[in-house]
Amino acid sequence: MKNSLKEKFLSPSKQTYQESFGKIISSFCILIIIALVVSILGFVTTKGIDTFTQSKINVFDFLFGNVWSPSSTGANGKPEVGAAPMIVTSFTVTLISAAIATPFAIACAIFMTFIANNRGSRLLRSTIELLVGIPSVIYGYIGLTLVVPLVRSIYGGTGFGILAGAIVLFVMILPTVTSLTVDSIKSVPDYYIKASYGLGATRWQTIYKVVLKISLPGILTAVIFGMTRAFGEALAVQMVIGNSITMPTNLTTPASTLTSQLTTGIGNTIMGTLQNNALWSLALVLLFMSLFFNILIKIIGKRGAAKYES
Amino acid sequence: MNPKSVNRIATTVINSLVGVVVALLVLLISYILVTGLPHMSLDFLLSPSQSYQAGGGIRDQLFNSIYLVILTLIISFPIALGAGIYLAEYAPKNWIVDVIRTLIEVLSSLPSVVVGLFAYLVFVIKFQVGFSIISGAVALTIFNLPLLTRNIEDSIKSVPDFQMQGALALGLSKWTTIIKIIFPSAIPGIITGIILSSGRIFGEAAALIYTSGQSAPVLNYANWNPFSPDSFLNPMRPAETLAVHIWKVNSEGITPDANAISSGASAVLILVIILFNFFAHWIGKKLYKKFTVGEVK
Amino acid sequence: MNNRLIHFISALGILILFLTGCSSNNGSKSKEITSVGSTALQPLVEQAAHQYSTEKGLTINVQGGGSGTGLSQVSQGAVNIGNSDVFADKQTGIDAKKLTDYKVAVVGITPVVNKGVGVKNISFKQLRDIFTGKFTNWKQLGGKNQEIIVINRVKGSGTRNTFESSVLNGEKALNAQEQDSNGTVKRIVSSTPGAISYLSFSFLDNTLQPLSIDGVKPEDKNVEDNSWKIWSYEHMYTAKDAKKNVKDFIQYLQSKPTQDGLVKKLGYISIHDMKVVKSSDNVVTKK
Repeated sequence: MKNSLKEKFLSPSKQTYQESFGKIISSFCILIIIALVVSILGFVTTKGIDTFTQSKINVFDFLFGNVWSPSSTGANGKPEVGAAPMIVTSFTVTLISAAIATPFAIACAIFMTFIANNRGSRLLRSTIELLVGIPSVIYGYIGLTLVVPLVRSIYGGTGFGILAGAIVLFVMILPTVTSLTVDSIKSVPDYYIKASYGLGATRWQTIYKVVLKISLPGILTAVIFGMTRAFGEALAVQMVIGNSITMPTNLTTPASTLTSQLTTGIGNTIMGTLQNNALWSLALVLLFMSLFFNILIKIIGKRGAAKYES
Repeated sequence: MNPKSVNRIATTVINSLVGVVVALLVLLISYILVTGLPHMSLDFLLSPSQSYQAGGGIRDQLFNSIYLVILTLIISFPIALGAGIYLAEYAPKNWIVDVIRTLIEVLSSLPSVVVGLFAYLVFVIKFQVGFSIISGAVALTIFNLPLLTRNIEDSIKSVPDFQMQGALALGLSKWTTIIKIIFPSAIPGIITGIILSSGRIFGEAAALIYTSGQSAPVLNYANWNPFSPDSFLNPMRPAETLAVHIWKVNSEGITPDANAISSGASAVLILVIILFNFFAHWIGKKLYKKFTVGEVK
Repeated sequence: MNNRLIHFISALGILILFLTGCSSNNGSKSKEITSVGSTALQPLVEQAAHQYSTEKGLTINVQGGGSGTGLSQVSQGAVNIGNSDVFADKQTGIDAKKLTDYKVAVVGITPVVNKGVGVKNISFKQLRDIFTGKFTNWKQLGGKNQEIIVINRVKGSGTRNTFESSVLNGEKALNAQEQDSNGTVKRIVSSTPGAISYLSFSFLDNTLQPLSIDGVKPEDKNVEDNSWKIWSYEHMYTAKDAKKNVKDFIQYLQSKPTQDGLVKKLGYISIHDMKVVKSSDNVVTKK
């Protein structure tokens, strides 16, 4: 009798086993994701790096060159694979669309959590979430029939360009940014808000000085996911941006993004050739660019958060 | 300026920004519905598609879209849930975990065609799974995981700490607490993630062209055996979804009524997504009520 | 720490089991034909496969992905048939000797303009000068005073290769907008004032103005005797040692009934009606 009690205390309890089980299951899931991420990143990297190792293209020529024509050779006897126009365009389009989308998303999120009644906010949110499911092609055609003529009538020219691309992208990333922002604002503990009201702060003061500050890291994540979506979008952007590989000089002349070149070119080139590998190098650049944005935004977020955490 | 008038101005600014968004939403959705609904009929929904004659429907594509969403969620949700729990509750706070998080976020910026080609080369060719719904579901899982994992992690983290402390004090293991108490309270937030990612599945085309394919073999809706090649339930058959069909009809379609099919199919897609979201919210609410005592906030 | 390590190792173990479980799943695929490639050719192959497979009890899987994908995959042996808009020996990186070429249809390509430009007929030289950037306004060609907006097709695509080899005469095209599908080009040209591009015949309708070249109209009968010079073949490539049922299927596509029926219905020109033959170097000879 005494012995079994002793054993019971010395051996691991049922809860310990449950705990181990849980840890194994959840580690297993994260390992699957890590395996996927690593294999995809490895896949893109090995393919993308061939341009530089096999075809001996200079990395600087690739990043800063202005002419993209992998099937013809340039003055230096090497294929022309200057990705700079596309890098600049991708960068600009993404930045502009995120810059437009963020204030709207934050306003919607504040409206839903603080201003509207329950039913109104749920209706607005469901409608915004509906936008995610509209296929890119449809966005592209709506852009072609509404946005491009609009830009054309205001700024002249053809109407195709970065501006039209950014407007279409803004609508496409709005749901992601809004939804994640709402979640992060909602997760601000109630007692902060009550305390703030209790101190006599107005609603705006509470929102601006308490809620937005606490949810800043979450909002930044929302913006990151919006931007990565913008980076990866091809079909819709390609239709309205003009898809012409020239260094953009203003917002209303045709340009082309990394993703749209990648998507249009990949079906027409043969795997293992330079033309194909150069496209994978574009994917690699895309990865590095989004890594850069990601880290940048995290640093900003950390600075912002550090001030308010005691 | 006194705080009250600042408050008033801020409210006006917010309301007008929201007004712009609402106007945009109304414009977009009514544009799609107005151009599409006139082409929608029972016949359109229930007849198979045609490659060059007028009068094709979208029966198989509609079913494939829904089936693909369900299959993808069956694969990706458990993984995302486990990973989300790990990141929220078990992950040590060190740089490795930070790197993992960043990598996952970066993954979601890959263009869908890259993910599609990856899944094509690995699953369709290397593992010889072939063009099939299941390959499509794997490809979609790859780019749904980042957002879904992140969303689940955040929803779990936003459950107040005292729930966990209370349960631990009662002698429950942490894992049991997470599954039985934390997860149910996080359901409303998780539903958002599911809706966003299933929306993306409904609307995705580029990744599916290389994985689940862009042609639909004839389906037999009376055959319930998932292993038979013409059964509608067979996950190993190639399948064209609505979004892929819309893409195909618009880019290389030569049917005389391509425009009508495209706008009709878009309207149907919107309606299906509305129904799906409604259904997801409803299930979420039911589950939440069942597992917790509270109402959805 | 030690504990965590154990958890990770066991999770890793499950993962490896899981992955090896996936990879050992190979089915038999003898009664299946997979065909991948050109999206332009896809409707034809798909429709033919539909009719043929019900007759023969085969599963024929027709997918798109682009001509480049079709050629890479068939030469690697990953699929049975690679559909292509271009000759395999014109694609770098493909060993054309390992493949057998079957021409299954002919497609005519015509320049199209926005309806408002006021030009209906131009010469070959004028067309070339538009696409190399020497003309910039429709006024110079007797049309309205409107800027010429060139919409090109994507580099490496079949339509662009055909157009450039027949029209540009080795000159370099100007750097212009590029779009990759007939449908998108059609929409852009019909909605953008001053736009010019080129399309397959089957996409022509009353929203666009096709151009005649030197008085020759873009019609099937003009392609058949090569008086309309911008046309190309649609190819199906197989490995040299292709299975019998793959060859049978292609023969079915090339047969007179299919060529006169399905091929024409889909807007292509039958290979049996052609009075001339074009080689991969664009040399045309009498049949």
